[in-house]
Amino acid sequence: MPTLHLERIVKKYGKVKAVDDLSLEVRDGELLTLLGPSGCGKTTVLRCVSGFVRPDSGEIYLGDRKITEIPPQKRGIGLVFQNYALWPHMTVFENLAFGLQIKKLYKNEISQKVGRALALVQLEGFGDRYPRQLSGGQQQRVALARALVLEPEILLLDEPLSNLDALLREQMRFEIAQIHKHAGITTIYVTHDQTEAMVISDRIAVLEKGRTMQLGTPLEIYSKPANKFVAGFMGTTNFIHGKVTSVDNEYVVVTTDDGVTLTGRGRELKKGDEVDVAIRPESIKFLSPAEAKTTPHEPNLYEAEVVRASYVGELIDYQLKIKNHLIRAKGEVRTPHGAGERIVIKLDPDQLAVLCR
Amino acid sequence: MSVKRILILTAELIMLVLMFLIIIGPMMSLFIWSIAHRWYWPNTLPQEVGFEYWKQALGMHTSLAIGAISIVPAFLLSLLIAVVVVIISMLIAIPAGYALAKYRIPFGAFIMFLFLMPNAFPQQPIFVNLLGTFTRLGLSGTVQGVILIHILVGLVFGVWITSATFKSIPSYLEEAAHSVGAGSLYTFFHITLPLAAPGLLASSVFVFITSLDEFTGTFFIGLPFVNTLPMTLYSSSGYNMQFASVIAIILLIPSILFMTLIQRVLRAEYVGGMG
Repeated sequence: MPTLHLERIVKKYGKVKAVDDLSLEVRDGELLTLLGPSGCGKTTVLRCVSGFVRPDSGEIYLGDRKITEIPPQKRGIGLVFQNYALWPHMTVFENLAFGLQIKKLYKNEISQKVGRALALVQLEGFGDRYPRQLSGGQQQRVALARALVLEPEILLLDEPLSNLDALLREQMRFEIAQIHKHAGITTIYVTHDQTEAMVISDRIAVLEKGRTMQLGTPLEIYSKPANKFVAGFMGTTNFIHGKVTSVDNEYVVVTTDDGVTLTGRGRELKKGDEVDVAIRPESIKFLSPAEAKTTPHEPNLYEAEVVRASYVGELIDYQLKIKNHLIRAKGEVRTPHGAGERIVIKLDPDQLAVLCR
Repeated sequence: MSVKRILILTAELIMLVLMFLIIIGPMMSLFIWSIAHRWYWPNTLPQEVGFEYWKQALGMHTSLAIGAISIVPAFLLSLLIAVVVVIISMLIAIPAGYALAKYRIPFGAFIMFLFLMPNAFPQQPIFVNLLGTFTRLGLSGTVQGVILIHILVGLVFGVWITSATFKSIPSYLEEAAHSVGAGSLYTFFHITLPLAAPGLLASSVFVFITSLDEFTGTFFIGLPFVNTLPMTLYSSSGYNMQFASVIAIILLIPSILFMTLIQRVLRAEYVGGMG
């Protein structure tokens, strides 16, 4: 199966650059997610690949075939739309058979392929139903089957789960991942939901303002964000602003205006740089009084005041104050702390990302 | 039952009776007139009833009463004209409506407005001016000329409703067809057209009824050689109330039939798309 290359794609709408000099390589068989807030250009990128939008400049290659100028119906790309886009005047079977009929396959071959595709999405026996007789999740699966039945070289999914309710959405995530694994088809998945992206993807490309901010595995993106945007977009993050005071290989020491010193990991920084330190709420460790006494000289040990503590089910959501900095933290329910309490917390230097401003 | 509830029920009942009178009342009056052989003041209802006038109108027998002619030829001519007008109008309206709905056409709103023009002004001056042109082209007094006039008047319904219908069909349904390999024409005939069918039917019904009822244009361009049903109604209504009632009822029948049909097939989203 061929890989997909995007080479320096630019697409402008008026003066706004929806896609700004974006290059991307999608590997054979992988599920790559384009992740970003609305208006980041992810849908435009997808529409360039599917052929409904022609880029102002740049080229798109599918394998060694240049497809930039080829109309959508000749690209052999499967597409799943946000609103399913099932044809309401056709049954499920007819929806799936439509593309096969254009290929002029024999009738029994068509019904065989449709049957297999319906089995893949666990909708055997639904062929005679009309789309309006199906639930949202079932319609979504029909849309997926309609794209897969043609055995496309590459599959594009445009926010396929955003019209489903939360519970079904979580279930469908796994199903799509499962189907992707089963069919082994190179897939581009567009979403604005970072949890969805984390669960489903082999790799994630975080987009902002038509550019790739970071490309990597879900773990890389989460634990080593390349910049403040990525760190902020992937889950809750505390940012503390300061200046680099010393650099030791990957470890960077940052001091804030009010004298808090933080050690974290950062790349390509030098003394005096203005930086933000990103702290994940779940990476903050609460020390017991005993622990705090035995390790007084380690770095990244702070005394903090609990400003607010609220139960959110399986954990406690804290607001802590270190000198003048308010940060969010997640703590275990077994060892609760009340508002006004003074505690000692520890930040693992390996989990602090020091980011260029 | 509370007093308030009784009041509401009474109000509803009065509204219902009024609605009934407004809609059915005139038709009832027409029907009574059409079967009244003798009806003189001060009688509330005709003294003598029968279907003599209906028989005359349908050409089943002739009498020498003033204005009593068979309307069958006029009715057939009206039907023929209406059918031709619908076919030609829709052949224009479907591509035009599709283009106006789906593509960004320069001055699109202005073009839509142009179709409205023949109905936006008093029609007499337009047709009086057209009469000269049509006479020069040899079209006045001919069926072709009348057909052209009816298309002119009816095309606004054709294009407006058709374009609203196409606008109401989301473009992702067509894109989905492209994505599975369907070309533009294949997509149009297999996806867009079937989905638009109810709206297209409604639009042709409007054109049909407009043509069937068209008066002013036919009066200037068609008379005295092209006698459609409304022309016959006009020439007889001055002399014979019963006869005029018969024609009026016959003119109503296709309209009522088609309106019922529209209600069956016209979905709310098409009307919604017209805004």
